[in-house]
Amino acid sequence: MTVIKPFLRLSGLEPLVVRPETNFVNVGERTNVTGSKKFARLIREGLYEEALSVARQQVENGAQVLDVNMDDALLDGKAAMVTFLNLLQSEPDIARIPIMIDSSKFEIIEAGLKCVQGKCIVNSISMKEGEAKFIEQAQICQSFGAAVIVMAFDEVGQADTEDRKVEICHRAYKILTEQVGFDPQDIIFDPNIFAVATGLEEHNNYGVDFINATRRIKQLMPLTKVSGGVSNLSFSFRGNDHVREAMHSVFLFHAIRAGMDMGIVNAGQLVVYDEIEPQLRDLCEDVILNRHNDNNEATEKLIAFAETVKAKGKEEKKDEAWRQEPVERRLAHSLINGITDYVEADTEEARQKYPRPLDVIEGPLMDGMNIVGDLFGAGKMFLPQVVKSARVMKKAVAVLTPYIEAEKAQLLADGGPDQGAGPARILLATVKGDVHDIGKNIVGVVLACNGYEIKDLGVMVPTDRILDEAQAFGADIIGLSGLITPSLDEMVHVAHEMKRRGMKQPLLIGGATTSRMHTAVKIAPQYDGGVIHVLDASRSVTVAGSLLSNDQKEGFLKQTAQEYEKLAESFHAKKVVKNYLSLPDAQANKMPIDWKGYTAPAPAFTGVRAVHDVSLQTLRPYIDWKPFFIAWEMHGNFPDILTDSVVGTEATRLYNDANALLDKVIAENWLQPKGVLGFWPAQSQGDDVVLQEDGATVRLNFLRQQSQKAAGQPNFCLADFVAPAGADYMGAFAVTIHGLEQWVRKFEAEHDDYNKIMLQALADRFAEAFAEYLHEQVRKEYWGYQQHEALSNEQLIKEEYVGIRPAPGYPACPDHTEKYKLFSLLQAEKHTGISLTESLAMYPASSVCGWYFSHPQSQYFGVGKIQCDQLEDYARRKGEPLEYAEKWLRPVLE
Amino acid sequence: MSSIREALAQRILVIDGAMGTMIQRHKLQEADYRGDRFKDWPSDLKGNNDLLCITQPQIIVGIHKQYLEAGADIIETNTFNAQKVSLADYGMESLAYELNVAAARCARQAVAESGKEAWVAGAIGPMNKTLSLSPDVNNPGFRALSFDEAVDAYYEQITGLVDGGVDLLLIETIFDTLNAKAAIFAIKKYFRDTGKPELPISISGTITDASGRTLSGQTLEAFYTSVAHARPLSVGLNCALGAQEMRSHIEELSGLAACYVSAYPNAGLPNAMGEYDEAPHETAHFIEDWAREGWVNIVGGCCGTTPDHIKHIADHVRTMKPRTLPVLETAL
Repeated sequence: MTVIKPFLRLSGLEPLVVRPETNFVNVGERTNVTGSKKFARLIREGLYEEALSVARQQVENGAQVLDVNMDDALLDGKAAMVTFLNLLQSEPDIARIPIMIDSSKFEIIEAGLKCVQGKCIVNSISMKEGEAKFIEQAQICQSFGAAVIVMAFDEVGQADTEDRKVEICHRAYKILTEQVGFDPQDIIFDPNIFAVATGLEEHNNYGVDFINATRRIKQLMPLTKVSGGVSNLSFSFRGNDHVREAMHSVFLFHAIRAGMDMGIVNAGQLVVYDEIEPQLRDLCEDVILNRHNDNNEATEKLIAFAETVKAKGKEEKKDEAWRQEPVERRLAHSLINGITDYVEADTEEARQKYPRPLDVIEGPLMDGMNIVGDLFGAGKMFLPQVVKSARVMKKAVAVLTPYIEAEKAQLLADGGPDQGAGPARILLATVKGDVHDIGKNIVGVVLACNGYEIKDLGVMVPTDRILDEAQAFGADIIGLSGLITPSLDEMVHVAHEMKRRGMKQPLLIGGATTSRMHTAVKIAPQYDGGVIHVLDASRSVTVAGSLLSNDQKEGFLKQTAQEYEKLAESFHAKKVVKNYLSLPDAQANKMPIDWKGYTAPAPAFTGVRAVHDVSLQTLRPYIDWKPFFIAWEMHGNFPDILTDSVVGTEATRLYNDANALLDKVIAENWLQPKGVLGFWPAQSQGDDVVLQEDGATVRLNFLRQQSQKAAGQPNFCLADFVAPAGADYMGAFAVTIHGLEQWVRKFEAEHDDYNKIMLQALADRFAEAFAEYLHEQVRKEYWGYQQHEALSNEQLIKEEYVGIRPAPGYPACPDHTEKYKLFSLLQAEKHTGISLTESLAMYPASSVCGWYFSHPQSQYFGVGKIQCDQLEDYARRKGEPLEYAEKWLRPVLE
Repeated sequence: MSSIREALAQRILVIDGAMGTMIQRHKLQEADYRGDRFKDWPSDLKGNNDLLCITQPQIIVGIHKQYLEAGADIIETNTFNAQKVSLADYGMESLAYELNVAAARCARQAVAESGKEAWVAGAIGPMNKTLSLSPDVNNPGFRALSFDEAVDAYYEQITGLVDGGVDLLLIETIFDTLNAKAAIFAIKKYFRDTGKPELPISISGTITDASGRTLSGQTLEAFYTSVAHARPLSVGLNCALGAQEMRSHIEELSGLAACYVSAYPNAGLPNAMGEYDEAPHETAHFIEDWAREGWVNIVGGCCGTTPDHIKHIADHVRTMKPRTLPVLETAL
């Protein structure tokens, strides 16, 4: 039965559900005229377009809610609120997140509520004008369905002590829930963050009061939320951002631990707690927690420290020779070596030197990138370096973009001509139902390095959107990516639709499950504008180059088409040759296991157990590095690759960078492993295994190899590894890595693809490492059939352990839809937060699941192709129509 | 008569099918729409279907009765456009209240004459102007209608429907959630102002295309979150899609909604001639599947569906179990 949890649920165009594991909701604060001078000026001057771009930046920097405030004496606040919110509704990339309507005047709040279709937060209401007014305003908010922030403010004044804060919040809570009928989860308290270190001793405990009050409020009223405006805290240090940012981080560190759920902060400007210099951090800690602060001692020390920071300013000058060279050489040097330190200043210098900002891109920057491209083509640079170069390039372009835009606007205003075609455009997307995008990101970066304009639609993109966007963007090439097998069908569909729409752009196909063969046999025949399978990122450059060259395109497409036709022919020809057994014959040749005299080991428990207490540190030694290097297109065995004569130096550098990032990820808990496992009594029945779950039975359906085997070789089926009678068991698990997204967004905002891809790749490795670790725990403890096992990581990677953990959708059990059973048995969504897309991909993408078999003779195998008789038998066993089974088993059908 | 809540706990209820499709069958002319009372009305009235509640009430009562005989448990008043914002197209703003009272009475009369246990839903349509979207592409901040004007118009419509005797209020075919929020606002205000016991509210949104979003750009979950404060009796989807296209959305909604779930799709997608040609047994087949999955509590049809469709649907779901209400937890 469906269970609905009392979470705070908000919406813009998309929902935002604040769950316990959400940790902290960033409320974007720059669209606030009281907090941002720039935004205030833009609104006063009526420059709403630019004001919208402030909002867009907030969203791009990771704001999950947008605070909008128009309280300015020089403004008609109501009109400004309405105009801005109305305009904002027509910007889907901004309107996607919920709005916080922020005003001290309730009439402005009400006017704002009338403009927004989503569920907003009202910031704020309070009892300062008495209960009657409070109730009236709360009722109005409720009629709009808004959540409310309640300030800890009553008829007497703003609450400053811990006790007053708690007492006022609790009083407001009782009124809202008992008299107005508010849901407790729609109530957010703001217990007032006041400035500390003002010199007045009575202010010194304000930080502690807030933190303690927060803790008590959350205990007393657990469904409510606590929020606050953090920048007030450091008001005494205005002008000294270094100290302010440190104070904010230290404060949030403690307040979040006490239960603070959301805050109005400039997310882009928060320093990481652990990265604050220790001396400053200790000083901030003393001031905020009011320790060692008799006679303002701690305050004085922080003020003294702040003075030194101010005075210090710039020092640190490295006398590197290349810095003396002309700006063009310096830019090239930065690009080739991936150095970001000087690129912004150098770009600005170049901009002033060249007549037009575009000349800087087309001149020195492209020259530098061409060198990078040449070195990459010649195998003298490797992908990780190229991605670093791209990071430098992106930062340089970001410096120039505003000038280029301004110039364009000027030209248009002067009635000048539109500036021609610009670079060729390539649109990339991971198809519907699939969430994997590391490879696609790499392709995007590499192509961008080669001067193409890239539009990346992200993951899970439906066909129509891909094609609509391609047409709107004027794409010259469309690239599709996918990792799981159902994505192959989706790609066929995209090709089919492109033909139906009469599109002309060539279509590139890439991703782990794609192949030249599948592209040739299934996708290419659907579309005649050219379909090309691209093996990896480095080849994408030559392919794109050929396709966009007028001289080469025709010949290249013709040649590819001929190759694919040949491939398809040989595929169809080959089909007949292979010999298959009938299903009964294959079943007769099953794995011979002597069940007599076999006693199946019993697991420590049956049913399901969540595993939430595994640390990243524990998992680190289980990482299999080889696939990590493959993700970066560096092939070879680990650790040999580190000393390889060709790629060794670069591989070592990449490995070191990865480990440095790992240190940080682990120290700061960026990622959270979550897992679940379970065991059930099991018996095989033919090619099925029947599990006992709380008195009910769950029937798992497996497939059997049907190709004719050499003498003595069985036709494998996983069901053969479970006893047909007597006591035996099967297990299952699902593990995932949470928390990736906010860091990916952070790196994106910093134009740092290198670290973004690195982190995504590491998260994947952690998920696999978790699966490996958990399997070991299963063998040693949970199932305990190998209690004295002692295998090295290499041996684990080589699968030298006893028992197997095959995953639905992979070679031994290729039907992805069995994941539904696995997920329901494990209640995996509840325990791990993994969800399944319509194509049965797991989200978050860094997730692994599988079945456990313990029998010593169980082994990994691939089912290979199956015949119609088994397909029909399978559909019958599964209780699904033939078309359903056909759809999901397509990869193993002839 | 039992309350609709009691009935919903027991079984799947069937809501009626298209009104417009049935009116078309009568091939009414301008003079039929005008009747005697509006024979000199200055603007054309053909196509003003809601007006027929006053000028041709026997036709409307007849259609309601056909649906009741086919097995409908809930019939909708013929008031899709009956508020003053939409009626302005015909210069008939002043008739809004009267139309709603008349429409509610037609439906009540049909129920009484049929002798069946059935409920009358006061249909509240989306209006012909939207609150979240600008009709002027060059001025995205412009709005053709204000929230207050929408609330005012809906308030008057609701007054008429309640005075005419409806059993519940159905905000339907929502393509701009802000319009629906105005309707919710008006309903809450009406019952607060009058002190009458609040009638159940049903909410039915419209997913307009394959993107899975409303016309105003919201995802289904965002839409539901935005209207949940109405504390509706049911939430669901209707129009724009046929059952085949609606399936995944109904599944999703069934997993989200704290209240009952309704679904009344069109009879497929329009063919090249703009006609709906999905046969009754086909529509019923899709809907039966939803019922078997345990996703729905109220089912029926929208554009292109007929009493025959409703009869097939009713026959198929009669013995099937309704979706059980989710457990609402009160602790994290």
